[in-house]
Amino acid sequence: MKQLTRLMGAVAIAASAMSAAPVAAEGTLVIASTQTPRHLNGAVQSGTATAVPSTQIFASLLRYDSGWDPQPYLAKSWETSADGLTVTFNLVDNATFHDGKPVTSEDVAFSIMTIKQNHPFQSMFAPVEAVETPDAHTAVFKLSKPHPALMLALSPALAPILPKHVYGDGQDPKSHPANSAPVGSGPFILSEFTPGEAVVMKKNPNFFLEGRPKLDEIIVRIVKDPSALLIAMENGDADMYPFMAGSQEIKRLEKVDGLSITAEGYAGVGPINWLAFNTQSDKLKDVRVRQAIAYAVDRNFITKALHRGVSQPQRGPIIESSPFFDAGIEPYDVDLDKAKALMAEAGFADGMSLTIDYIPGPKEQQQSVAEYMKSQLKKIGIEIEVRAAPDFPTWAGRVGGHDFELSMDVVFNWGDPVIGVHRTYLCDNIRKGVIWSNTQQYCNPKVDELLNAAAVELDQDKRAALYGEFQQIVGQDVPIYFINALPYHTAYKSGLQNVPTGIWGTMHPMDNVSWSQ
Amino acid sequence: MSNSYILKRVAYGLILMLCVVVLNFLLIRLAPGDPAVVIAGEMGGATEEMLEQIREEYGLNKPILTQLAIYIGNVATGDLGESFFFNKPVAELISQRIGPTILLVIVAQILSIFLGVFLGVLAARKPNGVMSAFVSVFATIGYAVPVFWTGIMLIILFASVLPIFPVEGMQSVRLRDAPWYVQTIDVAHHLVLPAFTLAVIYLAQYARLSRASMLEVLGSDYIRTARAKGASERTVLFHHALRNAALPILTVAGLQFGNLISGALLVETVFNWPGMGRLAFDSILRRDYPTIMGVLFFASAMVVVANLLTDLSYRLADPRLRGRT
Repeated sequence: MKQLTRLMGAVAIAASAMSAAPVAAEGTLVIASTQTPRHLNGAVQSGTATAVPSTQIFASLLRYDSGWDPQPYLAKSWETSADGLTVTFNLVDNATFHDGKPVTSEDVAFSIMTIKQNHPFQSMFAPVEAVETPDAHTAVFKLSKPHPALMLALSPALAPILPKHVYGDGQDPKSHPANSAPVGSGPFILSEFTPGEAVVMKKNPNFFLEGRPKLDEIIVRIVKDPSALLIAMENGDADMYPFMAGSQEIKRLEKVDGLSITAEGYAGVGPINWLAFNTQSDKLKDVRVRQAIAYAVDRNFITKALHRGVSQPQRGPIIESSPFFDAGIEPYDVDLDKAKALMAEAGFADGMSLTIDYIPGPKEQQQSVAEYMKSQLKKIGIEIEVRAAPDFPTWAGRVGGHDFELSMDVVFNWGDPVIGVHRTYLCDNIRKGVIWSNTQQYCNPKVDELLNAAAVELDQDKRAALYGEFQQIVGQDVPIYFINALPYHTAYKSGLQNVPTGIWGTMHPMDNVSWSQ
Repeated sequence: MSNSYILKRVAYGLILMLCVVVLNFLLIRLAPGDPAVVIAGEMGGATEEMLEQIREEYGLNKPILTQLAIYIGNVATGDLGESFFFNKPVAELISQRIGPTILLVIVAQILSIFLGVFLGVLAARKPNGVMSAFVSVFATIGYAVPVFWTGIMLIILFASVLPIFPVEGMQSVRLRDAPWYVQTIDVAHHLVLPAFTLAVIYLAQYARLSRASMLEVLGSDYIRTARAKGASERTVLFHHALRNAALPILTVAGLQFGNLISGALLVETVFNWPGMGRLAFDSILRRDYPTIMGVLFFASAMVVVANLLTDLSYRLADPRLRGRT
């Protein structure tokens, strides 16, 4: 027994020595994430999990701060022709890839065409017919029609510039081995990638922007369990936790000394939580039924009570922090009498029964809201059955296969409406079996006309007016009842400076982030 | 021990593993959800052409029996395929995870055997004493409590009340560049809670088993003879009695190996331990067929080998069994 006590003592001493051990590098930033990246090449993979490391490893032509205006990055200047069909980018001449080779217009042309053919967001570069390379530092985009969304599509998260000499070897870019061992020209060089565990990136000493990056190392650690991740934040094992959306998590970390929390940095993602209608189902075909449901549901109750005030109400298809949001959209403030009247007009005075699905994920944003619908819609005679899905594939199979009536869903705007908004409303994007297409099967030729016009309108004000009209119509047709912007927050250790709070948040090069001395 | 006996056991093991492969293959495909849709979902949506391309690339558009035949053929040549999700060879993913799982399972096994047998022997010394009652109660509770519950309780205790042990992961990322001995202590530090959690359930079983086994042996004639010769209590207990009582413990230890691996799956998930169990768990949610199949195949191979070794060691430990086939 004595030996055992001694052994325990030794372990305890070793343990306390461990926790007092100094950190490896002065300038290390440990980012904790619940999301697992498949690989690190954002040119052929969307999503936040890949974008956070990808934007550190790869540079892009443009970058964005919090004002939605493009800033120089690999492109030092650019010019659009009067007809909008030619866009010329002048590249910096001192940028090199991590293997030492220079970044040239050839790489830009190769990357854009690779993205056009392989990225799930086909609308980003669909009008790009060719990228001409008159010299090593000039890239000329030739477009089939004007394409104002091009500028946001050239963001770091969406259009990383790949080295042609690595990815141009004829292998399928979607499963290229270099996706897990990427070579970019960004501020950090990949040092280690353990799938499902961690991504370790070291400072790029030859980064083309003078004096940057400031950090020595960024480590993205994947911790699937949010409560374990909270503990890691509380005891200092992790320095930053982006994409945190649970009200309990946010409230809990708010109370921790030495941590700061911001809701900035998610305007570009534009994550909207919504209730989708299968507009082709017999019970929901009549717009009055959908309007009745919209009048019965109270998004303010959801944001204030269910989400404890951490999320913002969202009234329309374009995120409210976007310059294209139209505040004049019908908000459907709660009016149960009106809702009942609409149900009666539609011939459902005796009520009906409906099923609601939801994405298995953060309960508070999805399941709890679905449960709330059940009690709330009962007030206008609708019996709701909440249909749980054990996992994402099951839910995606139902909704993608149009085998649903109502579904809770969360869909991202991804910067320009052409990239993330159009897909939900265009008639020709009703594709069975494809999740996050127009699964509502909503089709209004006027909406198509407006969206197609907005896609090619170079004048920002005129474009905003077209999107304004589009939002009004969607507000009347109610293919979707919009609930809230997902309350993404970033928690970080106080002392971290220049925390990325631009429109793309942490999906943006963190070359200016540093620790205060 | 004849060679033909060993060959027979190996053949049984191979047939068993073939059954495991076929069953797993069919069972996983019974679950709803299309891997192509999951991959497309992870990519942020896709066109029909992309979905078709994915199905084509991963051979998902072939008839299921053809897929099974191809898979068995590949496994037979040592190729476990490529992960749908990570686009990496499954063998590479497993090789990254196998170390942590083996470390966890072996430490938990040793911990449970030594502590369990120690408690069992103490209890057997005075069958009606306090220690014996304690062991019985502890064994019942330890056996009845689900392993994830123990894990979560320990996390609550050591995360907030007594924060002396890390509650997730295997290593502190900040110590990645530290000297090897610091890293070793770091891993050991992280190992305490998961290994203890996994050990508890088996510890209880070993305690009960060795108590019963010891009681039986302690009642036998040669123990009385040993005592009559004036041997000390310690010699009687650990030299004369335990050696003879050890056989059932050894058998159970071997058979327990499979249970330990399945227990490790839960423990790894609770403690974010970077082993095969968590890989399997995450892969099921992603419908990453090749990875799930690979992990299950590997785990079943480990169990079959462990059982084979137990069988053989059993014969080594008990001379009476050596001549039999």
